[in-house]
Amino acid sequence: MSAQPPVSADGQAGASAEERPGRIEAVPVRHPGRWVAVAVIAVLVAMFLHLLLTNPVFNWPFVFEAMNQRVVIEGFIYGTLLVTLGAMVVGVVGGVILAVMRLSPNPVLSGVSWVFTWFFRGIPRLVLLTFTGGIGALFATGLSIGVPFDFLLDRWFGTGELRLFTLSQTEINVLVGSIFGGIIGLGLSEAAYMAEIARAGILSVDRGQQEAAEALGMTRSQTMRRIVLPQAMRVIVPPTGNEVTAMLKDTSLLIGIPVTAELFFQLRNIGSTTYQLIPVFVAAILYYLAATSVLMVGQYFLEKRFGRGFGSRMAPKPKAAAGAGAGAATGGAK
Amino acid sequence: MSPEQPLVRALNVHKAFGHVEVLKGIDLQVERGQVVCLLGPSGSGKTTFLRCINQLETFDGGRIWVDGKLIGYEERGGRLHRLTDKRIAAQRRDIGMVFQRFNLFPHMTALENVTEGPCQVRGVSKREAKLEALALLERVGLSDRAGNYPSQLSGGQQQRVAIARALAMKPKLMLFDEPTSALDPELVGEVLEVMKELAAEGTTMIVVTHEVAFARDVADEVVFMDGGVVVERGTPAEVLGAPKEDRTRTFLTRMRSEHHA
Ligand SMILES: Nc1ncnc2c1ncn2[C@@H]1O[C@H](COP(=O)(O)OP(=O)(O)OP(=O)(O)O)[C@@H](O)[C@H]1O
Ligand SMILES: [Mg+2]
Repeated sequence: MSAQPPVSADGQAGASAEERPGRIEAVPVRHPGRWVAVAVIAVLVAMFLHLLLTNPVFNWPFVFEAMNQRVVIEGFIYGTLLVTLGAMVVGVVGGVILAVMRLSPNPVLSGVSWVFTWFFRGIPRLVLLTFTGGIGALFATGLSIGVPFDFLLDRWFGTGELRLFTLSQTEINVLVGSIFGGIIGLGLSEAAYMAEIARAGILSVDRGQQEAAEALGMTRSQTMRRIVLPQAMRVIVPPTGNEVTAMLKDTSLLIGIPVTAELFFQLRNIGSTTYQLIPVFVAAILYYLAATSVLMVGQYFLEKRFGRGFGSRMAPKPKAAAGAGAGAATGGAK
Repeated sequence: MSPEQPLVRALNVHKAFGHVEVLKGIDLQVERGQVVCLLGPSGSGKTTFLRCINQLETFDGGRIWVDGKLIGYEERGGRLHRLTDKRIAAQRRDIGMVFQRFNLFPHMTALENVTEGPCQVRGVSKREAKLEALALLERVGLSDRAGNYPSQLSGGQQQRVAIARALAMKPKLMLFDEPTSALDPELVGEVLEVMKELAAEGTTMIVVTHEVAFARDVADEVVFMDGGVVVERGTPAEVLGAPKEDRTRTFLTRMRSEHHA
């Protein structure tokens, strides 16, 4: 009762107007701890800058010279960026397919998906790439695509060789020894990780969504493509951003194949011939940091794109609203 | 079959989840243009039965025909063959469903929610679908909300968009599963109003509801279910006005006291 504000009747208007609290102008809480932290960090940063700028071993002119070498730039573009892009495309597409297979009611599909994931997640990428590069040794007489065991069929029925096309061992070695081998090797490995991420994303979508889509008469694949996956992307994108940066760094494992058109190999090569190891490492760090920074920006926009409709603070899309208004201009409210 | 066959005919529908029998032989007949309200206590199997009609749930016994076509199966050579997913999807086109929890697609605007079915399933062009959708949104009183995402709409508005989304498929039959149960009391009226208009326009509807007043005003037939069986059925005056069965009476008394509480 005593908490009731003394508002109301005209007779007391003057008095209550005085008592009604106005704008708050309070003294903010002081944070002396923050200033101490700022001071400590400022000193540490200054010490670090001192090290960077005065230590001659950094040899900054050499850092930029190394970064500007043609082989280094090419290694960055092909071995690092292109392989990252290719492996992630293989990985994301493959991962989503594997996740859909894994969740399908067909036990064969889900079993295949499980085995794939088990196999490729269990192998270190360096080992996988080294094996990929050496896989030509398995096919000394070349690799043919065709009917399996056709030599038995030939012996029994005289069908002859049933082969669509054949790659020679040299051709195989050229293929897997290039960045193509790197893209395939890293991509398959990535698909195994992406499968788990995509599966978590798909499972995060409310079951009612699938039922609503199916009640409209959409097929299973339409439902997946139009309704479930777009919503799953909201959950899939952030960890995929992590995967891309991890992949970017793992391209330095291409040496396992061995592919030498790659950033870190080229820089280390320069470093070991010139005995300027620290500068080339710094150059590599700068390249990787630049690339991951660009990726973070890309991720921001992707997250925004797939976050549409989630969270109520968003303003309606002006375009759609305007179109709707024009279309319904004659209607008005009921 | 005669052209005057009922739109929906369910005979002896049985359904069990594991060992729990949830539907124990449901019969139902719905004529074209009729509104049937399903009433019954929680757990009596109303939702399950509704979901059987459009195959969101398979049933273990009995048959359901919609518009003369057997649902979910095909009779060939004296045996029943399960339909493929594709053909079940095709059967669902003619049956609209409105869910208790709306289930609007959150990544699409109200307009896109309504055009999705026509564009993807009926193969209507984008422009035509948009015109139809705007007309439907106007019909449910939401023409000014076409560009909003579901998260920007109230529950009542979302449910009206969901009704428009189902109507966009031009279904022969509309199923409603407690369309107002998830709504704040003051939003129930706007949704029931839309449903009353649909009924007046001759839409065939099966409505699971706890809104006794709605059933009384709109239904041609009221079916009271309990424990997986139909306990009583008849006109609203019969079932709601002068129930013969004890279970019906108990249920109605409880519903009314809850409503006036
Ligand atoms: N997927 C399922 N698995 C197992 N049991 C289920 C499943 N769906 C429903 N049931 C059970 O079937 C029975 C009937 O459920 P149903 O949802 O049809 O009832 P209802 O009449 O719609 O009830 P309410 O009024 O609460 O919505 C309940 O006992 C429920 O627990
Ligand atoms: Mg229910």
